[in-house]
Amino acid sequence: MTVNNKRASCVVIGAGIVGNSLVHHLARLGMRDVVLLDKGPMPNPGGSTGHASNFIFPVDYSKMMTELTADSTRQYKELGVFTESGGVEVARTPARLEEFRRRVTTAKAWGIEAEIIEPGEVARLVPYLDPSVIRAGLYFPAVGVVDSLRAGTLMREAAQGSGALEVLANTEVLGIEVDRATRRVRALRTTAGEIETELVAICCGVWSPRLAEMAGAHIPLTPIVHQMISVGPIPLFSETAGEIAYPIVRDVDTNMYERQHGGDLEVGSYAHRPILVAPGEIPSNEEAALSPTELPFTQEDFDPQLAEALELMPELLGDENVGIRYAINGLISMTPDGHPVLGETPEVRGLWSVAASWIKEGPGIGRAVAEWMVSGRSEIDIHESDPARFYPFQQTRRHVRARASEGFNKMYGIVHPFEQWSLEREIRLAPMYAEEKELGAFCYQTAGWERPHWYESNAPLIERYGDAVMDRPAEWDARWWSPIINAEHLAMRESCGLVDLSAFVELDVTGPGALDALQSIAVAQLDVADGRVVYTPFLDQEGGFKADLTIMRLGRDHFRVVTGGAHGMADKKWILDHLPAGGSAQLCEATSALTTLGLWGPQARRVLEMVTDDDLSNEGFAFSTCREIEVAGLVALASRISYVGDLGWELYVPIEQGARLWRALYEAGAPLGLVPVGIGVYGTTGRLEKSYRAFGSELTPDYDITEAGMARPRVKSQPFIGKQAYLRQRESQPAALLCTLAVDEHATPAGERRYMLGGEPILTREGERITDSKNRPSYVTSAGAGPSVGRHLLMAYLPRQLAVEGERLLVGCMNETFPVTVVVAGSRPLFDPENERVRA
Amino acid sequence: MSCAIVFCEAGPEGMIEASLRTAGLARRLADELVLCGRELPGVAAEQARQAGARRLVSLAVPGYAPRGIARALWQLAERLGASAVLAAGTDHGNEILAHLGALSDEEMVANCLAVERRGEGYVVTRQRWGGSLLEEAHLEARRALLTVAAEAVAPASSPEPEPVGEESFEPSLDPADLSVTASEQREQAAGVSLASARVVVSGGRGVGGPEGFGVIEEIAEMLGGAVGVSRVVTSLGWRPHREQVGQTGTKVTPELYLACGISGAIQHLAGCQSAKTMVAINTDPEAPIMSRADYAVIGDLAEVLPALRDALAERLRRQ
Amino acid sequence: MDLLVCLKRVPMVGGRIGLLPSERQIDTAMLGFTVSPHEECAVEEAVRIVESQGGQVTVLTLGPPEAAEQLRDAVAVGASRCLLLEAGGKEWGPMATARAIAAAAEQAGPFDLILFGNEAADTADFQVGVRVAHLLGRPVATGIKSLSVESGAVTARREYRGVEESFVLQLPAVVSVKEGINLPRYPSLPGRMRAKKAVIETLSPAYSEEGLSMERLVVPKVERRRAAVLGEGREAVGELVDLLEQLGILA
Repeated sequence: MTVNNKRASCVVIGAGIVGNSLVHHLARLGMRDVVLLDKGPMPNPGGSTGHASNFIFPVDYSKMMTELTADSTRQYKELGVFTESGGVEVARTPARLEEFRRRVTTAKAWGIEAEIIEPGEVARLVPYLDPSVIRAGLYFPAVGVVDSLRAGTLMREAAQGSGALEVLANTEVLGIEVDRATRRVRALRTTAGEIETELVAICCGVWSPRLAEMAGAHIPLTPIVHQMISVGPIPLFSETAGEIAYPIVRDVDTNMYERQHGGDLEVGSYAHRPILVAPGEIPSNEEAALSPTELPFTQEDFDPQLAEALELMPELLGDENVGIRYAINGLISMTPDGHPVLGETPEVRGLWSVAASWIKEGPGIGRAVAEWMVSGRSEIDIHESDPARFYPFQQTRRHVRARASEGFNKMYGIVHPFEQWSLEREIRLAPMYAEEKELGAFCYQTAGWERPHWYESNAPLIERYGDAVMDRPAEWDARWWSPIINAEHLAMRESCGLVDLSAFVELDVTGPGALDALQSIAVAQLDVADGRVVYTPFLDQEGGFKADLTIMRLGRDHFRVVTGGAHGMADKKWILDHLPAGGSAQLCEATSALTTLGLWGPQARRVLEMVTDDDLSNEGFAFSTCREIEVAGLVALASRISYVGDLGWELYVPIEQGARLWRALYEAGAPLGLVPVGIGVYGTTGRLEKSYRAFGSELTPDYDITEAGMARPRVKSQPFIGKQAYLRQRESQPAALLCTLAVDEHATPAGERRYMLGGEPILTREGERITDSKNRPSYVTSAGAGPSVGRHLLMAYLPRQLAVEGERLLVGCMNETFPVTVVVAGSRPLFDPENERVRA
Repeated sequence: MSCAIVFCEAGPEGMIEASLRTAGLARRLADELVLCGRELPGVAAEQARQAGARRLVSLAVPGYAPRGIARALWQLAERLGASAVLAAGTDHGNEILAHLGALSDEEMVANCLAVERRGEGYVVTRQRWGGSLLEEAHLEARRALLTVAAEAVAPASSPEPEPVGEESFEPSLDPADLSVTASEQREQAAGVSLASARVVVSGGRGVGGPEGFGVIEEIAEMLGGAVGVSRVVTSLGWRPHREQVGQTGTKVTPELYLACGISGAIQHLAGCQSAKTMVAINTDPEAPIMSRADYAVIGDLAEVLPALRDALAERLRRQ
Repeated sequence: MDLLVCLKRVPMVGGRIGLLPSERQIDTAMLGFTVSPHEECAVEEAVRIVESQGGQVTVLTLGPPEAAEQLRDAVAVGASRCLLLEAGGKEWGPMATARAIAAAAEQAGPFDLILFGNEAADTADFQVGVRVAHLLGRPVATGIKSLSVESGAVTARREYRGVEESFVLQLPAVVSVKEGINLPRYPSLPGRMRAKKAVIETLSPAYSEEGLSMERLVVPKVERRRAAVLGEGREAVGELVDLLEQLGILA
């Protein structure tokens, strides 16, 4: 088939579950002239969909993944390819049983039925399982299997039937042409000829990085082996009808699963060593003995697993007449952070990545990306998967391979929500990193930066503040945490804290068009006097949060946008995408040129005055302003704002002078009680007491400004993205309001004290799940200590009728409930409600 | 005067095509071509003449005893001072030449496609992996013992025929040479032999099950052909292994190969690539077989095959 | 019955075989390894004989240390003893291979019956079994599709050009078998566990050159065409019959 001089409104590359779903939804949303091509044959072109084990467990720690799975399940059911089997995870260890108590609570937060059951009950559901080797089961009745190849075929044919789609099988992409001036996709060169198009979606699973490279873009994932064997014929299964009659078993402590597939039992493993393959090494359809993604089985890697499987299912798998009929090293995609890569690539306009999906999310991802392509927004928020989240170092082969290797064996692992990676650390270091390590900095990694979360040097403060540090007796609650954080918090409130903010992303937007460009995306008024600091959200077209950041006006045509490291790259892309054509405004990233120190606390002014002669009085340096001052022989840009609720400044200096600034402030402040303060305070305790919201936790596209309680009295006259939606939101009653809740009682009936870490469901006093009128569940968006108010604080969106101060509710945690009270409805600070300290 | 001996297999209707093609290749290796065989029919002399042989030797070996035949060939080769002994790369040919190699402690090179003299030795191109790969090798040997992948070698053009001398050769055999002798029995359901069938109607996984082969058998019979199957069909136990066409089954050389519901794995194509015309019937227009077939019908076998049977019956009735 | 089955480790190739730049070896970077289907059937046949008549199955291979994997695979389906003849990184021809196997069979034997696959999947020399039989002075049959053992003899059958050929071989004997003689079983999990623990006995036979030396490997050019589509479904049948008539098939 040749397609010379063809034009398409969108070309989707890859006919696996994702590509088929994407074309279906594009057609459904009205797109015409869509082309789907694949280098392999239909209906199984040889990608990972073709060898998937095709089962769906409904719950994931990530809200996004859980929602995508739920949407996918709904679509599979509509297509008639879903068979409900139930599924049970089994615990072999006490730690896993603890994990089940957390998981059952998480399931509850998302409204998914789940139950912890006794071993005997597991054996009743799965009669071939030996209950003596397990401690408990976590049963999900809604687990099922799907026919993903059939689903893909049905969706593809639906799109073809509507006349919107042309399908080209056995057609390989040879090149992706990009217009140099506009950085936009122009055409595809294929073995069937050239196709002109401005929209290309790479749905190529394990091959995606190679396709992206053709256009000079990056999709950081690596193919990695997942071993699977199929054992049969099993006499017990010959008596059952259909593909599956017994629940799927996940033997999570051995990183394996066992599931009936007709007369066979499929045994899959994530326990073996990480076996990585380079995308370029994957054999072609012609060269592969089975299929390109079904590589030869390496028996020695699976051998240790045989014993584990035999132990769990001795009679069924120990049968000498039951044979291993099929065994593969199946290739799947693995990204550095475990999330898919969904969205337009930051390098090339019109080039979309729709990669690293499992079967359980495929149709949901197809729908979400189609919506995003067509309307700029998806119903399910998938911003966590934005390809723009990766920094260049995270796109390197070494980084991708290291993180994929480290993440692989955690597939069924017990992973703490704050767990840090151990490989590829010390990528980005602040200029005062040596001083920080000297002080015993315990670092988390953010965007590659090593950020001190607390300093062991502050350990003596624990004794000083006594019970006020609110220690956590349960190991899980205290993992990746230290009571020193709360002690640092109290010391900052008492005297002064010095915070390393080097991970801030600084984006300088300059030029005659800079003001208009930023005005068009920012909610807040930016036409302010030079030297003003403005806090503003960015919104999407529907009024959902797109970003949350501060902007300093440094001159008529010079703005400095400051945002967090984690979302910096996505924010940068959003601004770049909205700069005017013609070059009247430019964006220059200054992150690696500047370092930022925060100095906050009642003594902050006195400390800073010791190293500067500039006027720091309220009259001389008002809140929400910035200007250059001389500090210890350096010129620093000082910005008087605070995210912790105390008097103080952010100080920006060239990065090579950062260490000197740190030492100067540290030495000047020491006699006044200055302590180094970590991100544990800056990112959690300080802001929670002040009801400050965080992007990604409270501020997401799912909620709007009025619901976040952040509406200002006036709306600026200039147009900006999301303004119409925002005006509508202001007119109507919000369905939910963001509240701060305090935990009233931490003890379980057994007398164990537990602390919530985030993600837990908020329940009615009767223990019922809470959802608002838009069917959004109430769950803990952020959790942490409020040492200055002496309470453990939670943030959560509550339906309006419950968003009342004094309202008593429950929070679910570890399969128990704990009483909580709404202490703030809206954004009024709990600590220092009049903001006297900030404006001191 | 150098001489090449070709062991030829023969039935009542004459020497088989594979042996004649082997003779065509052998003719270029020596000054004189000698054909030999067991139980040669009358027509063999004319076939030998057409093939350019100067002698046709009848080997007096009682029964099919591979080692005995090899012994006879060895003695004949010694007597004639032959520089090469060849046979078609069939079950018989390979077996006899292997015995000859073992008896004489000489190299035996199987399944050659091309052989040329180079200096004192030969340059040989032979099949590996059932033809998926070729090996080019140098053979240094006092006497070249070769079998020829005849189904993959084109028939040689006929030389100017010359008179053929017919003779018989009485070897001197050990009892051990005859201890393994075939007792032969015509197959009950003889029908048409797959290896030599003019038409092969072949079914693959797409046939759907053993019951789907009824109509394939009917069509094969109408066309005077044999039934073939792909490897998956025998693995699934739908049909006996002797019907398997492919690398580890039978290699066929029909005028027409009708592939029904066969996707076209390379291991299967290795067994049918010598078909003169290949027609595929398949639901999938993108199946690999489509890039090897000459003609195709796209459609469901359950629909196409009964219709084809009926149309053939109609056409044959009218003839 | 003591049986010996000889195996050869070969890459599990797909439709197209890739070569290393030297053009002397197959690129096996992304390939698994196996034995030929004929040899799988030989192991199965030996295991069945032992299951019905007692005895044990020994498997032997000449190859690299990694070929132990193929011996273990055989243990997983019923073999019990493993002999690995170290190839020492050399490419062995059929004559040297046969000498090595014959010597090993005498040293590790005696074996009542030695089974081979009809030909190795890769080199397809069609002769090692016959040569071993000659070296050991035993009767041999090749291409066998049916085997029965009773009172000190084996009856081996095959079909050739429409004729059933049957050979009687007095034991001890050598037989090479073809795929189709049986349907090999799959390894059970307990079988795999036994394979893991199997002891591999190694021998180091002497290597010798032979007269055939490989110069290079060539991937044959495949003629790719596009089938002319006669039509779709039942409607195409008329065209198809016309075509058969033109080709002279209906004559």
